[in-house]
Formats: sequence, structure tokens, C-alpha cells
Amino acid sequence: MTTTASSDVISLRGITKAFPGVVANNNVSLDIVSGQVHCLLGENGAGKSTLISILAGMQRPDSGTVSIGGVPVDISSPKVAVDLGIGVVHQHSTLVPAFTVLENLMLGESGVMLDKTRAKQRLEELADLLGVRIDPYALTSDLGLGQQQQVEIAKAMWKGSRLLVLDEPTSMLTPQAIAHLGTSIERVKARGLAVMLVTHKLREAYAMGDCVTILRDGRSVGHITVDELASYSEQKAQDKILAAMFGDNLASVGDVASELAGAAEATREMRTFALESRPIRLELRGVSSRGSGRDIEADDISFTVREGEILGIAGIDGHGQGALSELVAGQRLASSGTVLFDGVDITRIGVRSRQQLGVRYVTDDRLHEGTIGSMSVALNLVIKRIGEHPFWRAGRIQPKAVDVEAERLIDEYDIRTPSPDTRAGTLSGGNIQKILLARELTNGARFVVVNKPTYGLDLKTVHLVRQLLIDFTAHGGSVLLLSTDLDELIELSDRVEVISRGRLVGSVVNDGVGTAEKVGQYMTGAIEGTR
Amino acid sequence: MNTDTNAAGGIFQGFVRSVVPVLLALVVSGLIMLAIGSSPTDFFAGVWKYGLTGNNWQRSLALMSPLLIVAVGLIVAFRGQLWNLGYNGQYLLGAVVASGLGPILFGVMPTALATIVVFIVAVLAGAVWSLIPAILKAHYGTNEIITSLVMSFIAVGVVNLLIKGVFKDPKVTTPQTQVISDDNLLPFIPGTQIHIGFVIAILLAVVAQFVLTRTSFGLRVDIFGASPKAARHVGLNSTWMVILLFAISSGLIAFAGSIDILGQFSYQRADWSPRYGDAVMPLVFLARFRPVAAIPFVGFYAVLATGGTLAAQQAGLNVDFLLVIVGLILLSMTITEYIGDRRRLGQSYLSPGLRSSLLRPFRNGSQRMSV
Repeated sequence: MTTTASSDVISLRGITKAFPGVVANNNVSLDIVSGQVHCLLGENGAGKSTLISILAGMQRPDSGTVSIGGVPVDISSPKVAVDLGIGVVHQHSTLVPAFTVLENLMLGESGVMLDKTRAKQRLEELADLLGVRIDPYALTSDLGLGQQQQVEIAKAMWKGSRLLVLDEPTSMLTPQAIAHLGTSIERVKARGLAVMLVTHKLREAYAMGDCVTILRDGRSVGHITVDELASYSEQKAQDKILAAMFGDNLASVGDVASELAGAAEATREMRTFALESRPIRLELRGVSSRGSGRDIEADDISFTVREGEILGIAGIDGHGQGALSELVAGQRLASSGTVLFDGVDITRIGVRSRQQLGVRYVTDDRLHEGTIGSMSVALNLVIKRIGEHPFWRAGRIQPKAVDVEAERLIDEYDIRTPSPDTRAGTLSGGNIQKILLARELTNGARFVVVNKPTYGLDLKTVHLVRQLLIDFTAHGGSVLLLSTDLDELIELSDRVEVISRGRLVGSVVNDGVGTAEKVGQYMTGAIEGTR
Repeated sequence: MNTDTNAAGGIFQGFVRSVVPVLLALVVSGLIMLAIGSSPTDFFAGVWKYGLTGNNWQRSLALMSPLLIVAVGLIVAFRGQLWNLGYNGQYLLGAVVASGLGPILFGVMPTALATIVVFIVAVLAGAVWSLIPAILKAHYGTNEIITSLVMSFIAVGVVNLLIKGVFKDPKVTTPQTQVISDDNLLPFIPGTQIHIGFVIAILLAVVAQFVLTRTSFGLRVDIFGASPKAARHVGLNSTWMVILLFAISSGLIAFAGSIDILGQFSYQRADWSPRYGDAVMPLVFLARFRPVAAIPFVGFYAVLATGGTLAAQQAGLNVDFLLVIVGLILLSMTITEYIGDRRRLGQSYLSPGLRSSLLRPFRNGSQRMSV
């Protein structure tokens, strides 16, 4: 363990936190030292978020202690955490979009009167420290994601932070913005603050971290000290981390482990055939959507997807991806433009008819939209074929036929469920995603829209999902892949279109090196440049 | 709806969670009676005597018929998570169709035909009345609780206007409709004084149970109720679903009103409202929105209401005390659910914050709390 004489060591000792059915943190101990970047690595579900919640005062551990400089502290609420100088930047934005930067920063002020002059001064200090420029009077909703994150960091450090916790800070950033973030972290570190960087990407841990702690199944399973990490080559550090992350599973995960853990830059395996000669499966001509909600609508979208092709749509979350996927699936009306499927105009036909034609949709909201948690796995597997033969006869459900079909799909897609009658909501996220894929990719599927298909899944399932999509195209299926994970898009797509504010702003053919940078440029240009 | 692997355990759980609240409510209401100086034993003995003994059980069963139909009507909407609270107005609309239109029709056509016409018009009246809340809900997402309640108020007003106006019996001074003669009322089940509305109600409950649990329509309703987002994803037409469920629900409740007039009351006074829905609503929740499971609960309440009216007077209580018991059932059901859920999750019955603050005084200051 790294222990220095500094009085500002934040020590976690024997932290245990259990939720019904799962031990999220099991006897975790670690030290966070000032002037160092401590990386917390682990898969989804390894217990990283719970540990952060405990540091942030949002959860209280069942047992174990947190002490600062040797003095035990009770972080009983987020306010206590702030008073202790622990600032947390969460993965998802906590800023109020309709407020200016300054207003957002002053939300936590306790005084009766708002002291704008002092606040502006403090913002300047912090901007200077981070090496960035932030306009205090800009509306938060007008900022790019990278800039929003800078504001979040400033907010976390507003009361003079001792520890800055960054939860998956790079997950939504362009390569350019990630480089900016790296610089900011260096500067914060140089000022003597402790930084805890939570990530599931090895590459970042090696590039930005001073020491690394690895969590698996809630336990701390490995620690690389400052000296060790400095002496390791990148390859050696990788091997050590991978061994800890996967433990005995490493063999079963095999070669894909390093790729999955984001150790290397993602690359696309080259196709051996020319896509241009394939027939066009889906074509959108100037399509705009119209919904009743407040999310961004698709605006004048045109593209084609050929047979056997994966078209990636890159973009910051919430820039019209939902509208676009619903538009193609038939859940949202087109206000103008034409949607052609195999040359046939399907603009006016609904979800069920498109479903029968072979247009499918794996939604990103797999818990509330894609499945019905209170219903059985079997029912969820046939739910899009309600009333159809042989599962229903004369309006009556045929439980035997449903069970036979369910067992076939459960077997084929390796859905881990106690029985077909188990309620879908009790399964893990990965298995729920398998239910969706089993339902959407079979029975005459020809084209599938997948929205963030691997979001929040464990690495093995991530790999399986990607493999299923590749297999689907190998058999002549076409995929429209919407994702915020740039690595995923590059690994799977033949072409990548960039979406911003509901419009397609650029197209990149994924033909080897430099795709990420090109996509990143379109994203930055569209979001941070022009407006 | 939910198919647990442990079916027997599930049924047992459901039984416990349905019956315990009722018992709890009866115990607490007994304590309240003691506190206000009435005798709970007198009251419950009275309920038994006037609700079940002699020919009284027949009166209880006759009361079951409108209650059960209202219950089925509520269940249809509630399963789709549509909170139709306009039941009082819908019931009265159905009733006024029977009491107002009935006497006119019975004069010009055979009884059977007139009865059927009355029923159809009553159902349609209820269904049409629900269109406004349904369409508002489907198109603008308006809260159907508010709109159905408002429509209910309007319906009550309209019904009173009708009884005081066009449907008023000119022969009597009080504003009421013409009394329907006995031979035009619904026939009794042979050998009893229970009108056949009871049979219709039981049949309706069984049919509704079948449709809601065994057919594709029932599954669609369940999907819609579980998540409108999932319903859209599966390709259901939510607009139609809302309108249809509201129409069925409110049509059935109106039907209960017309059956009650033709089977029981034979005329309708202005400003009269039995408010069956208020009493039935908690029972519907106890039955977990299962029509057949609602039968015993409605039966229980029918006995309580039939016997309780007299028993309350004997025990020196106001008749409104019955609604106190219904309220207590609802309250104790909430408590039972909360405790049951925590037990299922293997948690302590106390919420964590409450537990730590309860224990705080007992912890010694020498050792700083780490949690």
C-alpha cells in the first residue's frame, strides 16, 4: 500500500456495502494520496459506483471506515462530503441546462444573498487552475460536452476541494476533449489535490494514472503502486491489470480481453467484399420526425444502408439518436421525407407491419421499453407477435407453443434464466439484452436498429453482443448502429455518420487509421465550433 | 400477470397480503369503537345478524350485484393504469337512463326488449361520457384522475337536472322519477328474492377474468399498464387503448347503475348517490385487479354494508362509520404491502435512516460512528 506521511491521505478501510441480492463492496481498502491520480478500474458492476457514492455521502457503508489524515469521518450526507472537500463529477451531467454557468456554480451556495462578484472571481481562479476558459454567462445548454465537464469540475472544486473524483469522465468525450481533460487533471494534481479517476478503460488508466486499484465483484483484487506503475512498460501494466480484472476468467475471455478493456485503439477488420455492389436495404430521403416529447427531433436525415452493412451513427447522447431510431422502427411519425425499405415506401406504415417486413429495433431503454419486467421471459420473447399463430389461437394464448419457442431462443442465445417463467425484470442487464436480441434478430429479421447496444453491460456480454451483430450482417442482415462509444462504432461500422442536434453533419468511411479523429473533428466542429 | 416459479407460495403470499389488511382494519375499527364509547361486539354481532341471518343474506347478495359490476369496471381501467375515478357520475348516468327512460319504454314495448334497450343505452351513455377524459389523456397526456373526477361532477349535475326536469314524476312533489312497476323489474332467481343482476355480475366477473388473463387482448392491456413506452415499442395503438379501456370501464359502471334501478330501487330521487365506487376501490386493490378474486371481497363488504347500517344504529354509531372501516382497510393494506416488500427483499422492517437515528442515543460517544 502506498502510504506517505502526508496528512491528507484519505483512507478507506474495510468498506462493505450490500444491496438486496448483491454485495457491491466487499471489504474494500485503499488510500488516496494528495498530488496523485488514483485510478479505479473495473468492469461494469464491479462496485466502482457504489464506492464513489460512499465517498460522496450518497450511500453509507454497512461497515468500514473512511478517515482523512488519520481522523475518522462520518460522511453522512452529500453536504458533509462537500464540507470535507470531496468533490465528485458524475458520469451524467448534473447541471441545470436552462441556467448560466455562474448560476449553476452558485446552486450550492448557502448564504441568503448571492454574491456574484465573488463567484465570478472564484470561477476565474478555477478556470486558471484547470487551464481552460469558461464564459460565466453562457447558458449551460449551449456548451459542448467537454466544456460542460469543465464546469462540472469547477463545481466539484467550488468549495476548495481536497479530493476530486471523476466518474468515467471520458465516456462521452471526443479524442480532442479527452486530451484537454488530461491536461486539466495534470494541473489539478500539480496543485496538490488528490484525484480519483474511475474508468473501465485500461489505456486511460496507464496514460493518466499514478497508481491503480482494480475492483472485481465488489472486492479489491489488485493494486499497482506508484513506483511499480512507473517502472512497468505499458504491456506489463496491461497484463497485470487484465489478470486482476478477469481473474480465472482470463483464459475464457481470451484474446478479446485486452480489446474489451480498451487497452488498445479499436480497429475495424477489413471487409473482403465490396459493399457498393450490394442492393440498398434501407434508404432515408430527407426525413424529419415529429414527436410530442421535448427531446431533439431528427431533422432532414438522408442515408442508405446496404445489405450486410453496419452504418454507425456517432454523436453525443441526446442529439436526436432516440428520434432517429424510433423513426426507422416506426414508433415515431415522419413529418416529411420518405423511408424506403427494399425499395418500398414504408413511411406511413406502423411498428407491427414493419416488424413483419423484417425491420427490428433494439432499444436503448431495455428495462422499461424493450422488456416488461413484471412479465415472464417467455412472454417477453414473443411479445412482438401478440395474437399471431401458433402462440395465440382464436385470441387465446397457447402456453405450450410459447414455452417451446422461448426455450429454443433461450438456448440459442444463451439467456441465463432459472426458467422461461422467471420474471424478466429479475435477470441481469446482460441477459435482458440477450432477450431483446433473441427477439429482434430472429424470425425474418432483415434490418435492425440498435441504440447503445452495449451500454452498461459486462465485458463478456459486450463482446457477445458485438459478435451477434457481426454474425447478423454476415448472413445478409443490415444494421443501423447508434452509439456514444466511439471505440464500438469503429470496431463494428463500415461507415460512420455523425449526428448533432438532430442533423447528420459528416460522414466518415471506416477504412483504417484516423477514423476516431475524423469523427471527433465533426463532433467538435458541429458542437463546439459553429455555435 | 406475474408467473412466479413458486406458484403455491405466491398464492399464499397473495392470500396473506389480502386478508391480513381486512383483519387489521376490523381490529383497529373495534378499538376506535371502544375509544368513542360504543361496543364493538354489539356492532359485529349486529353485522352478522342483519347481514347474514334469516333472509338477510339475500339482501346482501342483491347488493353485491352493482358492487361487483363496478369492481369489474374499475379493474378493466386500473389494469391499464388508467385511474378512472369518475365512477359516481358514471353510475348515476346509467341509473338515470333506467329510471328515466325505463318507464317510457316499458309503456311502448315488451318488458324484455325494453330492458335490453335500457341496458344498451346505459352502457353507451357511460362510454360516451368517458370519451372526454380518454381523448384528453390519449392526445395531451392530461391527468385522467382530474378529468374523470370533473366529468363525474358534471354528470351528477346533469342527472339531477334530468330528475328534476324531464324525468320528474308529476304525481309526487319530491323530485323523483316515476316508480317502475314490479312486473317490469328484473326477475328474481327462482326461490329467492335476489334479482338476476347477481348472476349477471358473477358471469361478468368470470368472463372478465378470462379475457384479462387468457387472451391477447388481456396481455395487451397488461403491457399497456406495465409501461406505455413498451406498449408503443410493441406496436400497440395507445390512443385506442386508452379510449377503449375507458369506454369499457365506464360503460360497465353505468351498467351497474341501470341494473341497480331495474333490480332494486325501481325509481331514482334527485341528489341521491350510493357512492359504491368509493367503497369498492380499496377492495379492487385487495383483489390485485383480478375480477374473480374481487368476488369474496365484494361479498364481505356487501354483508358489512347490509348488516352494518342497522348494526351501526344499534351500537350507537353513525352509518358513515362503514366508510371509516373501508378507509382503514386501505391504510392497513399500504402498511402490509410495505412490510411485505421489505421482508421479500430481506431488509429490516425499519427504514435505514429511522433505524440509525433510533439507535443513536444508545451508542457511546467514545467510539465515533463510522456509518
